[in-house]
Amino acid sequence: MEHCYKAVVVGVSAGGFKALRVLLSSLHATLPAPIIIVQHRMASSDNYLVTYLDNHCPHTVKEAEEKECIEEGVIYIAPADYHLLVEKDKTFSLSVDELVCFARPSVDVLFETAAAAYKDTLVAIILTGANSDGSAGIQKVKNHGGLTITQNPDTAESPVMPLAAIATKSVDFMLELEDIPLFLMDLLEGKHDIPD
Amino acid sequence: MDNEELEIELLLEAMLEKYGYDFRGYARASLTRRIHKGLEDTGYSRISELIPEIIYNNEFFKRFVRNLSIHVTEMFRDPLFFQTLRDNVVPYLKTFPFVKIWSAGVSTGEEVYSLAILLKEEGLYDNCKIYATDFSDIVLAKAKKGIYPAELIQKSTRNYQTAGGRKSFGDYYYAEYDSAIFDSSLRENIVFANHNIATDSVFGEMNLILCRNVLIYFDSNLQNRVLQLFFDSLRANGFLCLGSKETIDFSEVKDHFVNLTQGQKIYQKKRK
Repeated sequence: MEHCYKAVVVGVSAGGFKALRVLLSSLHATLPAPIIIVQHRMASSDNYLVTYLDNHCPHTVKEAEEKECIEEGVIYIAPADYHLLVEKDKTFSLSVDELVCFARPSVDVLFETAAAAYKDTLVAIILTGANSDGSAGIQKVKNHGGLTITQNPDTAESPVMPLAAIATKSVDFMLELEDIPLFLMDLLEGKHDIPD
Repeated sequence: MDNEELEIELLLEAMLEKYGYDFRGYARASLTRRIHKGLEDTGYSRISELIPEIIYNNEFFKRFVRNLSIHVTEMFRDPLFFQTLRDNVVPYLKTFPFVKIWSAGVSTGEEVYSLAILLKEEGLYDNCKIYATDFSDIVLAKAKKGIYPAELIQKSTRNYQTAGGRKSFGDYYYAEYDSAIFDSSLRENIVFANHNIATDSVFGEMNLILCRNVLIYFDSNLQNRVLQLFFDSLRANGFLCLGSKETIDFSEVKDHFVNLTQGQKIYQKKRK
């Protein structure tokens, strides 16, 4: 049976600026899912990351807003100093709850709530990063039947986050960063035969 | 509805029927996370197992409900907001002989102490009455004490300076062991009171209402209810301050306010 993926979540920390550019600039023109990203950054940081990626990527890149309906073809970035959560009706919520793994926004919070909302139609990707945020989340994604990917830690700018994810034994694929966009497009377009 | 959703519905129903606390209008994703955190502390594995505890164990319920409500924050969070409040709202408030302010959903009090410091520095404090409300007596008791962990201070000091603070932040507290104890004169004109914006009604006519980063925890219906409550609680030309990611744009009261400044969520109620 063909498996249909409906959303992608990405967790990335140190080194994310370059990694996100590589990931997002090589996607096909038609993107049949939303991509929702937590990039760790300073609480006081401005919108430069969003503006930069929007200019260097064929799709709309925007900051996720409270109660916004999640739409396919759009790339959403969590706002600085807020956790980003996915509701079951496929809208966003924000929270200022305590830091998780020293981070707000936290990858775990996004992944856990997205897993509950999208269940086995979710793809989760962990990229470069220097802390272990995301490893609890990726297990939840796996438990709900989603598909999980990490960047190869050997070639990641900072290997800690991919390694922590791999250590949970919940990762399905470990790929080079440059290969992720194509792999992802094939998944979203239903071209991959991945056994359940 | 999956099993977990069903369990949460029943839990919320139990809290409402037994104690009158209504969490049904809360945004579900973060409420679910908080319920799970509360569950982890108990040793139970299912949310439905909490229901007998909630019904029969009053102390358990109090702790549980506190964990649903605490929003830890630093003082002078979003320094630019406080700067704008100082520059654009305070001069207006100074034209009144007496000013009533409501800090709604005050949690452990960081925001209301920040406000008190600002009002003192502007020479406005003595003409103010500040109502600081929350639905949890436990957090209100904490807010009343004004004692915060030392690690909060470093960040708050930076915020205070960026927000245009006129003195040294250290003038407002003294350190003892790992705590910072805030000057009791800051709360002379603060009334701490139990009020639940989700269910309770208007209790006064305010010049200024602060409620930042509380509405993000509510669904659209409850947001609408609360914004209507704020509208009804403000006098004409009074101000409503929301969190930087919150807006009145999608609410029914939208047309009754003007946005005071670009970039900050400070709204002024129209005269008519």
